[in-house]
Amino acid sequence: MNWIFDNDKPIYKQLVEKLELAIITGKYQPDEKLPSVREFAMEMKVNPNTVQKALQELEQLGFIYTVRTNGKFVTHDKKLIVSYRNQLAKEKVTTFLEDIKLLGLTKEEILNYVKDGSELK
Amino acid sequence: MNLVTYHNVTKRYGSKTALDQVSFQITKGKIIGLLGPNGSGKSTIIKLMNGLIVPTSGEVLVHGEKPGIESKKVIAYLPERTYLNFDMTVKELITYFHDFYQDFDEELAYQLLGKLKIEAKDKLKTMSKGTKEKVQLILVMSRKADLYVLDEPIGGVDPAGRDYILDTILKNFNKEGSILISTHLIADVERILDEVIFINQGKIVLQKSTDEIRNQEGKSIDELFREEFKC
Repeated sequence: MNWIFDNDKPIYKQLVEKLELAIITGKYQPDEKLPSVREFAMEMKVNPNTVQKALQELEQLGFIYTVRTNGKFVTHDKKLIVSYRNQLAKEKVTTFLEDIKLLGLTKEEILNYVKDGSELK
Repeated sequence: MNLVTYHNVTKRYGSKTALDQVSFQITKGKIIGLLGPNGSGKSTIIKLMNGLIVPTSGEVLVHGEKPGIESKKVIAYLPERTYLNFDMTVKELITYFHDFYQDFDEELAYQLLGKLKIEAKDKLKTMSKGTKEKVQLILVMSRKADLYVLDEPIGGVDPAGRDYILDTILKNFNKEGSILISTHLIADVERILDEVIFINQGKIVLQKSTDEIRNQEGKSIDELFREEFKC
């Protein structure tokens, strides 16, 4: 995974976002055990306290759960994962629409561009 | 209890005031950056903590006591300039540290040195400047101390060497100890810092969590530093 962080935003927040993305895209599977705080910190080259804080936030959000003495695992709540993915998709589309409207395109033109773009791949 | 407490500490050298009414605390389990321009008082703060000099007024406490024999047992200090004998071999240095400090982990030192591709019989003087710095850091980090005080640990090494040093620091950091790093190479270290202390002209201008600064200012620590200390 890419562990590039911007130094001008809180690192723990960026870490939360990256791990959320890894979970909703299935990079980390439901009920998969996550690396330990120390392993994460070494891999990402960040402070273990920062990792700890990010994992706590992910746990509060329901993305991971702790098994005492055995570590942290990815949630098996598929509904949560799907609903979060939908929410993220909506956010991305909203941002995209706001940007592209600045070009003064009509709705139809925008749709055509999106269609062309998706056919490119 | 705080690991280290400075209470209204002033240090004068003749008519020159190096530190002016400085107060701050260091708590357990943190990596803290002591950041300031050249001549701002960083080294004075560090020397006071290590009992190398005494304050003109105010109080420096380590575990609630004035620095002395007891504090030297719990602080592992990497000075800006080396005090080691360059004629010594790596093996001799390790024995030396082992004799000196009860908390020195010989096995850990050899393990960390193993990655540097140097041998126990190599003398310090045969090594490059960067390798010397790494060896000294390894000796300091191989103690099980409560506080590691690192004065400019990455000043003399190339970017790959910096990564090695930061890795070594992270690897040996644990909840029981804290690490104080003084440096002006902020961009390289800011990712591993919990907290920063900004010092200028002998005064503390800021002590805050790094993520709090990023959140409130929308800036990196490096950027904030450059603005704060613009000439």
